[in-house]
Amino acid sequence: MNFLSYLISGISLGSVYALIALGYTMVYGIAKMLNFAHGDVIMIGGFVVFTAISSSLTSPAVAIICGIVVCTLLGVVIEKIAYKPLRNATPLAVLITAIGVSYLLQNVALLVFGSASKNFPNIFKWCPDWHVTEGLTVSGVTIITIAVTMVIMIGLTLFIHFTKPGTAMQAVSEDRGAAQLMGVNVNTTISLTFAIGSALAAVASVLLCSAYPLLNPYTGAMPGIKAFVAAVFGGIGSIPGAMIGGILLGVIENLSKAYISSQLSDAIVFAVLIIILSLKPTGILGKKISEKV
Amino acid sequence: MKNLNNMNKSTKKNMVTYGIVLAMFIFCVVYTTTGMASHLFRGLLVPVCVNVILAISLNLTVGILGELSLGHAGFMCVGAFVGSVFSMAAEETITSVWIRFPLAFLVGGASAAVIGLLVGVPVLRLRGDYLAIVTLAFGEIIKNIVNNIYLATDVNGIHFAIGVESYNNITFDAATKRVYINGAMGITETPNDSNYFVGFALIFITLIVILNLVHSRTGRAIMAIRDNRIAAESVGINITKYKLIAFVISAFFAGVAGVLYGHNLSSLVATKFDYNYSILILVFVVLGGIGSMRGSIIAAVILTALPELLRGLSDYRMLMYAIILIVMMLVNNNETLQMYTQKWFGGLNIKKLFTAAGSKKKGVS
Repeated sequence: MNFLSYLISGISLGSVYALIALGYTMVYGIAKMLNFAHGDVIMIGGFVVFTAISSSLTSPAVAIICGIVVCTLLGVVIEKIAYKPLRNATPLAVLITAIGVSYLLQNVALLVFGSASKNFPNIFKWCPDWHVTEGLTVSGVTIITIAVTMVIMIGLTLFIHFTKPGTAMQAVSEDRGAAQLMGVNVNTTISLTFAIGSALAAVASVLLCSAYPLLNPYTGAMPGIKAFVAAVFGGIGSIPGAMIGGILLGVIENLSKAYISSQLSDAIVFAVLIIILSLKPTGILGKKISEKV
Repeated sequence: MKNLNNMNKSTKKNMVTYGIVLAMFIFCVVYTTTGMASHLFRGLLVPVCVNVILAISLNLTVGILGELSLGHAGFMCVGAFVGSVFSMAAEETITSVWIRFPLAFLVGGASAAVIGLLVGVPVLRLRGDYLAIVTLAFGEIIKNIVNNIYLATDVNGIHFAIGVESYNNITFDAATKRVYINGAMGITETPNDSNYFVGFALIFITLIVILNLVHSRTGRAIMAIRDNRIAAESVGINITKYKLIAFVISAFFAGVAGVLYGHNLSSLVATKFDYNYSILILVFVVLGGIGSMRGSIIAAVILTALPELLRGLSDYRMLMYAIILIVMMLVNNNETLQMYTQKWFGGLNIKKLFTAAGSKKKGVS
């Protein structure tokens, strides 16, 4: 029975990773850049929701909407100011700029909110724990996390495949130049991608902070890097890949924490990644790139 | 003068690079011996040397080999821990610091090179971002494992454990127990042998080795792989061999920098060598101009000193650091902005200032 409960909490953690990984993978697919500041957008989202709730003016639902709106705007503004001027620069230059943005967000949070960890309130208290059998209890947060992630993933898949902006995103990720010639507004599409990615990060921040309630300016860094690994795991640029990669990563992390060693769990997660990448060099669902000579 | 004219272009460029380092060294000697240097300045010298060596060695992987590596701090970590343990163990047998310290560098560098070889074999099969993420993963694995290593000796011999549980199970002879690595607490008794004389000597050695490598037959083969892997393969260049050579040499010097770092402060913990440090080294390389050793040196010096120079801004200094980083990248890489800066500053080209004239435009594609 214990195995099942570890598995379920692993899936829950993995769902959060998957949500964050979606942001990474969509931006990579469309703008061909690694957005290292994504993890810090999560942290900002967490702080916005925390501030809104602790000011006790708003209900948690309004606070979450606030978080999503702020993160979405933040994502778009970051893209416009820092990444758009570098559209034609080398990928490495963009990477370093993203790192700069990441430092910036961390230090702004440090100045505004201080370095002490805040205790994020449990806003999902209303959801009762689910006693499946004797000895196996699934907490309310876990249920909500998995449910919310499922809904978002289905919604996103439908959006990508059946709406006009979604098709535009697919087109831009396939061939930016050709998409532009066909009348797709590339700049709007990239902004939209950042907006969606950041909104997902805000949702992820609420779920993450409800499960692991410590919030400080560096909260976003480790989940961010893990989610990045998850995105690569599934094949970067692939949306179903990010979902599978995220959930697998969460499950592996939790099971290795439970059965092998809690201190070495990070090393095990990364070792699995290396093994998978040596067997399948473009990730689980990544496309094989054929090279032209 | 005749000699100067006979030298080829690359030798002249190298001489300028050596000259810059020599000038910095002379400045440091004059500044510290005349007593004008503050405590802060003295404290900065060794970290600057460490970062310069790291930047040069990473530039070999990123600029010359053309592969993005995000795990450089991992190799540094190996070098720092092995070097420190060696120094602690050899402190009584080899009393002369003149023999012990160079040996520590060799041991630390060699062990980092061995890890580099182990990492390089699977990693160098991958391409682009996948390679970057796997090097990041290796860096994190090294950090995570070193963070859980316990190493101690007593009369019964050497005791080694991974994880605090297995460490607590070992029974020690209390009288002769000596702890080398104490898990997350790291190493606390490394002799403080590092100073900026050693640091600059190492910078020179690193520069000589890497610049000569770059301009040798091996270096040309490595650059051919960077520019066009398939074309290089078709003219008979052994891709794996040359990639490994570059990667292992890069890891060796990262290890050497680690030893210098480890002997600078008395406490050494593995969590310092996280991916943020790796990224910081990459920032030096990219900001200095990919492929330009001179640029790496200048960027490493400026960016290491910058947070300290901005100390007057107290709480805002890291914020300013981030903003400066973003603005520098935007100014350096945006065509429209570059046009304006040229208009305003005329002859003073900001890009040239930072990337140094000899930088190779063709970096990582």
